[in-house]
Amino acid sequence: MKKIKRIFIYLFLSTAAIVSIFPFLWMIVSMTNKSVDVTRGKLTPGMHFIENLNNLLETTQIGIALWNSFLIAVITTVLTLLIGSLAGYGFEIYRSKGKDMIFNILILSMMIPFAAIMIPLYRLFGRISADAPFIGLDTLAAAFLPTIITAFFIFFFRQNTKMFAKELVEAGRIDGLSELGIFFRIYLPTMKTTYAAAAIIAFMNSWNNYLWPLVVLQSPENQTIPLLISNLGAGYTPDYGVIMTAIVIATLPTALVFFLMQRHFVAGMMGSVKG
Amino acid sequence: MSQANSHYTKQQSTFVQRFKKNYIGWLFIILSVLGIGLFYFYPMVQAFLLSLQSGMGSNLEYVGLDNYIRLFNDPTFITALTNTILYLLIQVPVMIVLALIFSVLLNDPTLKFRGFFRTAIFLPAVTSLVAYAVIFKYLFGSDGLVNEFLLNFNLISEPLNWLTDPFLAKITIIIAITWRWTGYNMIFYLSALQNVDKSMYEAARIDGASPVQQFFFITIPLLKPIILFTSIVSTIGTLQLFDEVMNITSGGPGNATMTISMYIYNLSFEYTPDFGYAATVSYVILILVVILSFIQFKLGGDRE
Repeated sequence: MKKIKRIFIYLFLSTAAIVSIFPFLWMIVSMTNKSVDVTRGKLTPGMHFIENLNNLLETTQIGIALWNSFLIAVITTVLTLLIGSLAGYGFEIYRSKGKDMIFNILILSMMIPFAAIMIPLYRLFGRISADAPFIGLDTLAAAFLPTIITAFFIFFFRQNTKMFAKELVEAGRIDGLSELGIFFRIYLPTMKTTYAAAAIIAFMNSWNNYLWPLVVLQSPENQTIPLLISNLGAGYTPDYGVIMTAIVIATLPTALVFFLMQRHFVAGMMGSVKG
Repeated sequence: MSQANSHYTKQQSTFVQRFKKNYIGWLFIILSVLGIGLFYFYPMVQAFLLSLQSGMGSNLEYVGLDNYIRLFNDPTFITALTNTILYLLIQVPVMIVLALIFSVLLNDPTLKFRGFFRTAIFLPAVTSLVAYAVIFKYLFGSDGLVNEFLLNFNLISEPLNWLTDPFLAKITIIIAITWRWTGYNMIFYLSALQNVDKSMYEAARIDGASPVQQFFFITIPLLKPIILFTSIVSTIGTLQLFDEVMNITSGGPGNATMTISMYIYNLSFEYTPDFGYAATVSYVILILVVILSFIQFKLGGDRE
């Protein structure tokens, strides 16, 4: 009886594992097959990967899209971590009643759905366009500016700062470091793990972000990877081999981050409120 | 005299120090305060003002509560709202129950290949929403692999119209989201389970509790806070559902899979732009988020 139950559990988990993995295997296999073979349901690897890659490079601007996505993700990650950790540190180390109240108000913004502020944001950047076209609509800056300051990362860093030994701050003051010096020379190096986890979340969120770039980036030379894939997928005569190649390329960075930094990744996920 | 003087300067210096410390503290947070004010709260107020206006493009004039009244007579809005709530009521519970079952099974230290199962089930969470949505669109196409699989195993006699049948299209969306997010939620439960005191299960076993009873009377109550947390996060996420629907069905057939977020997008950028009415619809999402989070907090007990 117990053995039957065991077998049933393994069957159940194996089915779940296969269902979870299958789409990954399928996109990797399809990347090496011709479009017709993909539609025929061919599930064995073929010899057409180079051909698909060449087609992808010729028919789309994937190079530019990759560069845009990468640039936006790196800038977003750096600024998000810097601004978020400064604030998380500030709220915890220089604690005061007034700041705690402000903190609670900032946290409320986590409840605001993006769809609810999307239109005013779009109009805001429309107005900015008139005076400062370089950060207005259809610029990479507009794609990342509203995403770099979030209550989530302030909260995340404040929570982790609670575990930071405050005596180090005093020690830094006695050594004659400025307050900013303490932050950069003592706090930042000791909190590497927290920064790593935060960097993973920030990078992934930015790399995969779709709705806001869709709204704000119009011209093809400003396309990001999700926009490119979405456009390819919406085509009437899709070349499946080419699309699968694009999808694998888009998934690679986040999958790599996951496999190389699994522990930080999970730590980041646990703190992530994006859903 | 000199003593009083030094006392005075000491007091003054601590005051100066405190002021300086405080003022530096504000410098650390000022960028975030301004940023969140500019990119969250200011748009929130703007959206409300917009919701009281109507017109095409930037030709807007105040119309009072007309937009809110229009909501009730707008069939597309009602469809979008019904669909969103339907996704929420079916998908979130199914996913949470599945994630709970996986985590309980995978928490058993005598189970073989635990690491493999855990990684495999979590893997969908690393994909970009757009990328997996496009994959699902092809898998569920009328000549896609899902139909082929079901035909081969004689589970169906003719291909199902997963994407073009109003009912099945909704099911496809629900399957897709469940695939993407179940492993993600499982990780939360798994790490919570690792902190559970094993002796509780020991005691329950001695008292003759079956595994199912242990699940309902020990595991669920202990995981209540994290279940509450994940269900609020999933609720907020589902209320904003956009990427998947946009890329799998584009809201179709008809408006059968349309969500509120997609309707807001269409009202602003696909149809003749009506920012005022779109802002009104967007306030509905905000109100739903607030109400549903509040209900879940109440149901979940009075915890912070």
